[in-house]
Amino acid sequence: MKLSNALSRSLALTLPLASSWAVAADLSVRFDLPQLNVAEYHKPYVAIWIERADQSIASNLAVLYDVKKKDNAGEKWVKDLRTWWRKAGRDVTLPIDGVSGATRAAGSHSMSFNAARNGLDKLPAGEYKLVVEAAREAGGRELVKVPFNWAGKGKLAATASGKEELGAVSLQIQ
Amino acid sequence: MKKHAMKLAALGLALASLSMSAQAHRGWLLPSTSMVEAKEAWVTLDGAISEGLFEFHHVPLRLDGLTITDPDGATTQATGAVLGKYRSTLDVRLPKDGTYRLAIVSNNVFGSYKLNGETKRFRGAEGSPGAQIPAGATDVETSTTHSRLETFVSANSTSEGALKPSGVGLELVPVTNPTDLRAGEPIRFRFQLDGKPLANFPFSMVPGAVKYRGTLGELRFNTDAKGEVSFTVPAANMYWLSAKYPFEAGKGRAEPGVRRYTYAATLEVLPQ
Repeated sequence: MKLSNALSRSLALTLPLASSWAVAADLSVRFDLPQLNVAEYHKPYVAIWIERADQSIASNLAVLYDVKKKDNAGEKWVKDLRTWWRKAGRDVTLPIDGVSGATRAAGSHSMSFNAARNGLDKLPAGEYKLVVEAAREAGGRELVKVPFNWAGKGKLAATASGKEELGAVSLQIQ
Repeated sequence: MKKHAMKLAALGLALASLSMSAQAHRGWLLPSTSMVEAKEAWVTLDGAISEGLFEFHHVPLRLDGLTITDPDGATTQATGAVLGKYRSTLDVRLPKDGTYRLAIVSNNVFGSYKLNGETKRFRGAEGSPGAQIPAGATDVETSTTHSRLETFVSANSTSEGALKPSGVGLELVPVTNPTDLRAGEPIRFRFQLDGKPLANFPFSMVPGAVKYRGTLGELRFNTDAKGEVSFTVPAANMYWLSAKYPFEAGKGRAEPGVRRYTYAATLEVLPQ
């Protein structure tokens, strides 16, 4: 299990952009960051990944945090994304090319992931979950999991919803 | 007298770092209970400054200089606080039956001035050496934040003597005794600024245990046109009530010359 974790992580992080696959499945994720009526609002840190049935990470898709703070000071709070930190964060160095990004404001956001770059074209058929974790300074922390069954090819769509820090989260593979 | 001023300065500095921090640090008090039923009544109080509510993981909030108001309205300064790495702790004897108020009030100044061609910034408790502007300084810009941080504890019965407002700053005036709160039962409070009722004034109640619950669960309420509010909270917990004036103020530095006010209180809400 350890070996395949390391392998999948290296797949997710180091595959070249150019894809040689004839039919590339592209994955897009749409997530809602609700407008919250709170005394103090900071844009949440967000991590998006695909997990296998055993909850190990198959692919890191995005880690959104305060990338602009000088001396990488924004990295200090990435560990508030407790689940991502525990499963991947502790073992990787930020920024991760193609995965790290800036935080997003409240609203609906869409992100697209190239299959080859994220190792999705090599994902064996099986049960997976798209996981989105949001942690907000002076706020809460929430995890939304969108289960999906990957046949190895083809299209699919799935959705789930959070209660407070995350709204609707949907996944589309085409 | 000098020692007292220095203690206030230290307190002020502890709270000044709160209002200015880019991070979401907040200071809070946490009593071991809000109602003690005992012949010899004591309560233990923790004070800390942290990111996570009621979590001890940053710096202590100094409790020397905390003011105790007893059921007859008499005030004393707390002594014997123990300063730890992440929190301060103070054991408080409650000799009379009734409700006590435990509060830290401070005025923090921060600003800038030009001296000898250099721009210097400063912050400190009002009147302390850290907040003084030297002679010859030009382009002086200052802003003051008046802060009140408090909690309430009762021994054997509730009373109103300690609940009268001072008439200075942003204050919560309890109508329902703050040590007698229950989930689902109406809580009636008033808010005032320098003695005048604050109409349509927003405030927040955040329940503790955010770390274990995940979601923040912040509840937001407003006073009515008379500056009064009646509200309920659905679950029992220790709550942190917070309010600020002006309430539209954005993050970051206050505009020069603007006086700001903050209020925070720790309130225990028990199950019915």
